[in-house]
Amino acid sequence: MQLDDLYRQVIMDHYQHPRNQGVLAVDALQVDLRNPSCGDEITLQLLVEDGIVKDVRFRGAGCSISMASASMMTEAVKGKSVAAAMQIAGEFHAMLRGESTEDEENDLGDLESLHGVSKFPARIKCAALAWDALEKAVRPRSADSPN
Amino acid sequence: MNVETLRKDFPILQQTINGHPLVYLDSAATSQKPIQVLEVLERYYREDNANVHRGVHTLGSRATEAYELAREKVARFIHAPSPEQVIFTRGTTESLNMIAYGYARPRFKPGDEIVLTPSEHHSNLIPWQQVAKVTGATLKYIPLQPDGSIRLEDAEQLITSATKLVAVAQVSNVMATIHPIKELARLAHRVGAVLVVDGAQSVPHMPTDVQDLDCDFLAFSGHKMCGPTGIGVLYGKASLLAAMEPVYFGGEMIEVVELYDATWKESPWKFEGGTPIIAGAIGLGAAVDYLESIGLEEIRKHDEQLAQYTVSRLLEVEELTVYGPGLGVERGGLVTFNLGDIHPHDVSTVLDAEGVAIRAGHHCAQPLMKWLGVGSTARASFYLYNTEADVDVLIHALQSAKEFFQHAIR
Repeated sequence: MQLDDLYRQVIMDHYQHPRNQGVLAVDALQVDLRNPSCGDEITLQLLVEDGIVKDVRFRGAGCSISMASASMMTEAVKGKSVAAAMQIAGEFHAMLRGESTEDEENDLGDLESLHGVSKFPARIKCAALAWDALEKAVRPRSADSPN
Repeated sequence: MNVETLRKDFPILQQTINGHPLVYLDSAATSQKPIQVLEVLERYYREDNANVHRGVHTLGSRATEAYELAREKVARFIHAPSPEQVIFTRGTTESLNMIAYGYARPRFKPGDEIVLTPSEHHSNLIPWQQVAKVTGATLKYIPLQPDGSIRLEDAEQLITSATKLVAVAQVSNVMATIHPIKELARLAHRVGAVLVVDGAQSVPHMPTDVQDLDCDFLAFSGHKMCGPTGIGVLYGKASLLAAMEPVYFGGEMIEVVELYDATWKESPWKFEGGTPIIAGAIGLGAAVDYLESIGLEEIRKHDEQLAQYTVSRLLEVEELTVYGPGLGVERGGLVTFNLGDIHPHDVSTVLDAEGVAIRAGHHCAQPLMKWLGVGSTARASFYLYNTEADVDVLIHALQSAKEFFQHAIR
């Protein structure tokens, strides 16, 4: 087990300098989600217009992995269609489950730095928190959405 | 007490984690199990396994005898007046819920008050919240001092003629504060209230005398005291248990069953509906034997010394915050801390890479985290098999964590 596999430079950069952190001034979809096992929390706001994620903000408190993952998620989905955002979420979850490799054709950008999390089972929930919030935000009435 | 010799009783400790010898500092979550307990469990399943309190065959008698002998051992261990006051449960949580369902819910009404502290584990908090919601009773909290202790004058003011129940952990699982149970019992009894003690973090680590404490109920878990998981204890005063309703109905707990009604056995059997946790209880009996062979006074002294040593070493680490009683002030065998603004999860992952197991999170005490003004904390906790060398490894690993994150961030 190599710590550097987990704590990549780019992760620490997002942790230290989170992108899209804050509150949207306009009415937006909002989801508050906690990781009940550790107390990490996130508030995610999405401004969706015509099926496009026009803007996104998050606030939260948590470990480097959960906050960096949230920061990267906002960058990854901003400007994308909801469908495209969901596809990225699916690919990201697959990466966390260790079902894909960095060499695969789909380019997840900075998100690939979180590939190492799959080797740290106790930390997968940390990385997934923001994505669970994203899915909950765009599928608010889905009974099987993670909570 | 020779810790090096004792450690040989715990095979699990003799392994490496991520290339380093395991340093297990999470006994407040669950303790490790000595071979003496593992062997008793295996022997029970290999040689004596049968259902208890029914059937007249030899194995059934042996299993029943072993199960009831475990009850006698536990009763002696906590100085209960009789074994009938020891109910086997799944653990502290179930024990506390049994009091909430069987004692509190049928009795409490609007205007009644339940007195707690804000540092209670969720298992000694939510059952009372639910009692309050269902019965209309009100929850009151004895305020915490900065080190997690309570002042008896505050308790005295809050425990009034409206108080029906006071529930407090003897040792806080986060702050490590040791609360004055005898004095709280006196304050509760003065107004006719009952005192419920959450002994999850105290019974494994110090001599327990329920008659001396004069508590009305005591709940604790076997797995935190070298026993198996899935077994715990509810102790109660005889008159209270006699008046208390069963929570689980079914086989084993009945006396006479007719089509439209039934009657129960006496305590403790009326509380043990269904096939009880036979192997678990027998394993807990073996754990009690093991702890008594070392001596609870000795274990208490050892844990306290290690905790004090840990506090003194942690204070050497820059930017590290230690919660709970200050250096030299009596505390339970655990130390909760935060390393600067490095999240406890991140600390724990780096420690794990060095073979050190600690707990990181809210420790099932979210209101307390809020009170501390943090989302989560790290906690190192000790038991009879830990050494100062373990603490030294912890300190070294914390220094590595600090360097790692300073390096990773800059």
